[in-house]
Amino acid sequence: MSSLSPEIPSPGVLAAEPRKTGSMKRDRRRALYWSYFFLALFVVFFLTPPIYMMITSLKSSAEIGAITNPWWVYAPTLENYWALLGSEQYLTFFKNSAIVSVVVVIVTMLISIPAAFALARMKFWGSAALGMGVFLTYLIPETLLFIPLFKIFAWVQDTLGIEVMNHYWVLMVIYPTLTVPFCTWIMIGYFASIPKELDEAALIDGAGYLQMLTKIFIPVALPGIIAATIFAFTVSWADFLYPMAFTTSADQLVLPAGIVTILIRGDVYAWGQIMAACLLGALPPLLIYAFLMDYYIAGLTAGATKG
Amino acid sequence: MAQVNLRKLVKHYDETPAVRGIDLDIADKEFVVLVGPSGCGKTTTLRMIAGLEDITDGEIVIGGDVVNDVPPKDRDIAMVFQNYALYPHMSVHENMSFGLRLKKVPKDEIKRRVANVATILALTELLDRKPKQLSGGQRQRVAMGRAIVRNPKVFLFDEPLSNLDAKLRVHMRTEIKKVHQKVRTTTVYVTHDQVEAMTLADRVVVMNAGRIEQIGTPHELYHSPATLFVAGFIGSPAMNMMKCSLEETAGALRLQVNGSISLPVPQERVARYRAYVGKRDLLLGLRPEHVTDVRGAALPGQATFEVPIEVTEPMGMETLVFFTINGSEICARTDPTAEIHPGKRAQLLADLRYMHLIDEASGRVL
Repeated sequence: MSSLSPEIPSPGVLAAEPRKTGSMKRDRRRALYWSYFFLALFVVFFLTPPIYMMITSLKSSAEIGAITNPWWVYAPTLENYWALLGSEQYLTFFKNSAIVSVVVVIVTMLISIPAAFALARMKFWGSAALGMGVFLTYLIPETLLFIPLFKIFAWVQDTLGIEVMNHYWVLMVIYPTLTVPFCTWIMIGYFASIPKELDEAALIDGAGYLQMLTKIFIPVALPGIIAATIFAFTVSWADFLYPMAFTTSADQLVLPAGIVTILIRGDVYAWGQIMAACLLGALPPLLIYAFLMDYYIAGLTAGATKG
Repeated sequence: MAQVNLRKLVKHYDETPAVRGIDLDIADKEFVVLVGPSGCGKTTTLRMIAGLEDITDGEIVIGGDVVNDVPPKDRDIAMVFQNYALYPHMSVHENMSFGLRLKKVPKDEIKRRVANVATILALTELLDRKPKQLSGGQRQRVAMGRAIVRNPKVFLFDEPLSNLDAKLRVHMRTEIKKVHQKVRTTTVYVTHDQVEAMTLADRVVVMNAGRIEQIGTPHELYHSPATLFVAGFIGSPAMNMMKCSLEETAGALRLQVNGSISLPVPQERVARYRAYVGKRDLLLGLRPEHVTDVRGAALPGQATFEVPIEVTEPMGMETLVFFTINGSEICARTDPTAEIHPGKRAQLLADLRYMHLIDEASGRVL
């Protein structure tokens, strides 16, 4: 009897096993709680401003000025939205922004894709240094650049007689200086992750470099290209400094500059309309992100892991 | 269909030589396998034939034309890569027809040729699938199909089976052989697997350190290797090598392997080896199947000897027996029913009619 007893698990041993898995579950649960805690913090931090904007945009000027609970709308109204959508100026800003952004995206893609292809695949003298240089140019902030650019534009105007300033098309020329380096950089990484044998196979199959790019690289790297497109669109849609510096007449303004120009008159802030205008302006990027989010994330993490 | 000639082919990467002067004539419809350890220059040679690497020096001739400066697409070759290199966004049909579409071959013709090749490779059911949806073996067949469909002058295979598991590799090996028997296109095939080389090739080219060690049929390489390297590289388990010296007594030659083992050189080899009596650094090369258990009386040219056995590995149809002579491990292939046990001494038979005498210093088989 006594010799058998070690074989028979004591109640304590039996109980130990579920307790063990229980503690693992508890660890996992604790990790989850913390995740949710920080996610919640994150959500509050980032969603409070837009929610506040929306609340404010639904108030009349009188209610905004009144001393009431700022987090509650007592008399909701869409008058701010109707005013904006009926305003020719606001619609012009919208149109200008759309034209600028679409053109910038196209220009960026036309430059970045071949540039990234060349830097990733055609090993020519200085290609590595050039690739690094492309990225370094991205690190120079626009706040450093707008004054020199201003001087350059003035010089162009003086010597060549081309009126550069105060035309929204000038943004189509200078936004690519922000978008091309980053987009090229994303796509160098993406193209570099395509196995070398794939271009060699295409080369043997009879493709030239252009066909290799259009028939193999672009389709295979499409997620990366979509990510770059979103980035280029976001930058050119939301940039504030350049349009403020280089455009002034109301018919040449794009959204970010336009909103602060027409809706802030002296020290009078049309808060309701400003908020509504900003929310409406944020809509196109929001829609694009919503539909292409998965591609965007895939594009940003490309090259981090091998597929 | 064409022959391929390599003349004094040299390739340097910066200052590092990868291929140091290769002369090779590949006949029309021949299946030639380049084999060697990694870094021996076999893949570089293949890539130079393909036009994917520049040539440092020498000449490549395909179908009578020097193609040194001809881009890959105009060499009329097709290549199968180790990792298949299928276009991931295209279906099997599109993958196979890509080259033809670039050449603007009429649609009907493309369809006919793809369907034809798909039948040969049993891909008909898979034509609409993407590479992602295929197994390794299927992808390999598609890669081959893409090559065959273009009906090129030369097929180039770059270790096409290394990414497959062992069983599938054996299967695909047979497939490749079958396809070559049907299509009969000149083929250059690179592998590091000597079994693959032996089973597939009309002729095998053994390469080492950027040079060709020996060119020959699988049979020639196996039975009369020209160098120590080839003798050691071809065959599995590898050829046994043991230090020995050659002694002459009364017109007969004996191989003195160590204090206790002395083996007679067969009569027909005496004249050939007499010059090397007393030479240092000689190696006796004997394949495992020529070291066996004693079965009946020894024939002329065979000799028995006794050694302590260290390990036995029963394989079913035979038993591999291991022991040490002069510090080198020797493997013998014996009958599974032979009474040989590890830790005990055993009588073994060396069939010296198949011996190789190797000069270790020059690496030549004498």
